[in-house]
Amino acid sequence: MKKEYYHSVTLDKKRCKGCTNCIKRCPTEAIRVRDGKAHIINERCIDCGECIRVCPYHAKVAVTDPLSFIHRFKYKIALPAPTLYGQFKNLKNLNKLLVSLKNIGFDDVFEVARGADYVTHFIKEELNRPEREHPLISSACPAIVRLIQVRFPELINNIIPVESPMEVAAQIAKKEFCEKNHVHPDEVGTFFITPCAAKVTSIKNPIGRSKSSVDGAISILDVYGPLVNELRKPDNALTFQKATSFGIGWANSTGESKALGIDNYLAVDGINNVIKVLEEVENGKLTDLDFLEALSCTGGCVGGPLVFENNFVAKNRIKKLVEQVHNEKLSDGEIKTAESSIIWKFEKHVLPKPVMKLDENITVAIQKMELMEKIHKGLPGLDCGSCGSPSCRTLAEDIVRGRASEMDCIFKLREKVKKMAQEMIELAEKIPTRGEGGETSED
Amino acid sequence: MTMNSEILMEQIYSIEPENFALAGEASSSIKKLLKQLGVDSNIVRRAAIASYEAELNQVIHSLGGTITLRVDSKEIRIIAQDVGPGIEDIDLAMQEGYSTASAKARELGFGAGMGLPNIKKCADRLLIDSKVGQGTRIEIVFEL
Repeated sequence: MKKEYYHSVTLDKKRCKGCTNCIKRCPTEAIRVRDGKAHIINERCIDCGECIRVCPYHAKVAVTDPLSFIHRFKYKIALPAPTLYGQFKNLKNLNKLLVSLKNIGFDDVFEVARGADYVTHFIKEELNRPEREHPLISSACPAIVRLIQVRFPELINNIIPVESPMEVAAQIAKKEFCEKNHVHPDEVGTFFITPCAAKVTSIKNPIGRSKSSVDGAISILDVYGPLVNELRKPDNALTFQKATSFGIGWANSTGESKALGIDNYLAVDGINNVIKVLEEVENGKLTDLDFLEALSCTGGCVGGPLVFENNFVAKNRIKKLVEQVHNEKLSDGEIKTAESSIIWKFEKHVLPKPVMKLDENITVAIQKMELMEKIHKGLPGLDCGSCGSPSCRTLAEDIVRGRASEMDCIFKLREKVKKMAQEMIELAEKIPTRGEGGETSED
Repeated sequence: MTMNSEILMEQIYSIEPENFALAGEASSSIKKLLKQLGVDSNIVRRAAIASYEAELNQVIHSLGGTITLRVDSKEIRIIAQDVGPGIEDIDLAMQEGYSTASAKARELGFGAGMGLPNIKKCADRLLIDSKVGQGTRIEIVFEL
């Protein structure tokens, strides 16, 4: 598989029943059912995880690194996403959670929420540049950046080219750990504790950089059990919790906007809502907006596909937790040091991925389009999904692309069978018989 | 125990240990089923909470188990049976705020479960049988 199309979202074939749930929910129409099993079209998949959420047979999974993977490194640093903080009930003391995280096998813990505190500053600088297209679109959600690459390439220039809190946290964490303990960076592994399949993909196949600073991704679901057990143990004196309430707030939708302190913002969550808004941005209806925070999951990252807790319950917990956090903001010194020593801007341009177009050649594309319309007219228009494509329109497109045939459509097949049955009856009436009780006699 | 009523319905759910992606599904199915049967909503609520706690306990602490729902005209019975470490001192575990490795008495637990005391609060009757090193069987009864 080309590295360009690496995906963390994959299918567990054994559990797949070939139903129509995922094909209907995929925002980029990237899934088809063929031979009774779902197939993901790699070029179209944005790793949003909608299929993971909707599959009733739990056949869609995100490939993440197991906890044991951290032992490949001599020193291990945990980078918890702030979403982790909302997964546990009765948690009054955030520091206790971070200590528990260390105790399950890490040498250090650096909050991604603290990375978010840094990134907030870097974004503020970018927002002040006059030449930027409006509205500026946050690059925080990798599924949305990929969505823009595939479906809204015109809006690539609106994306703020600042690295994610995860990448910033990984670099600062490694740097601080190596300086404090006098070890070589190659001996240190950083691991993102993640709610998100798209983030896992960004580690293996980053946007805006050639190589991620993060060494592995561990699903929140995989650490939940061990953490619940660790949390019962008595407190110790270690302090890891330094992120401000603004940084932690990034886990919820509107968190990034509030951290930036902008008034003229719009925060949208849930991939279908984001698609609706991006259509309007494309139509030029939102040019008076300064900042668009667009998150693929409902409620924000708390609604990611790899979380344990219900997103609304987690959102409520995070909201209450941040009210208790009173850490100091980053000092100018800390910001300046980070700015000069780590990579915080995209090193590579975000490129469009025009996988939706029918053909490179416009003339051929027009011919294909006309053929598509013709085929579509002959289809029943039920969008039932039985053919394995999400809609009749998509089946028409698949036929034109040579990936399907008209007889995949059950209703077309029925029509044909009925016609054939009719022809058989007519034929039977024409075939001469040998007379009544016509057994072939051996006499 | 009501041995004289016919069991009108039995449903068995298999619980996979340490699988947090599936945790809560059995109790969610039980809640839907009881609602569809038209069981009184107060009983549905208590049964849903109790079965959720029992299910999460199995996911977090056991090596695997089953949750069986039995409904007849007189009662709803939820039986959670697992293979696992068992509970050493049941009386201690039933004390409000107790937690197996905690030094503080007020630790309520951070995981999704609420512990045995709260299952007891939801149930009309509760039977616990456990053997250390083998497993645990909990029967939660709701009178209709």
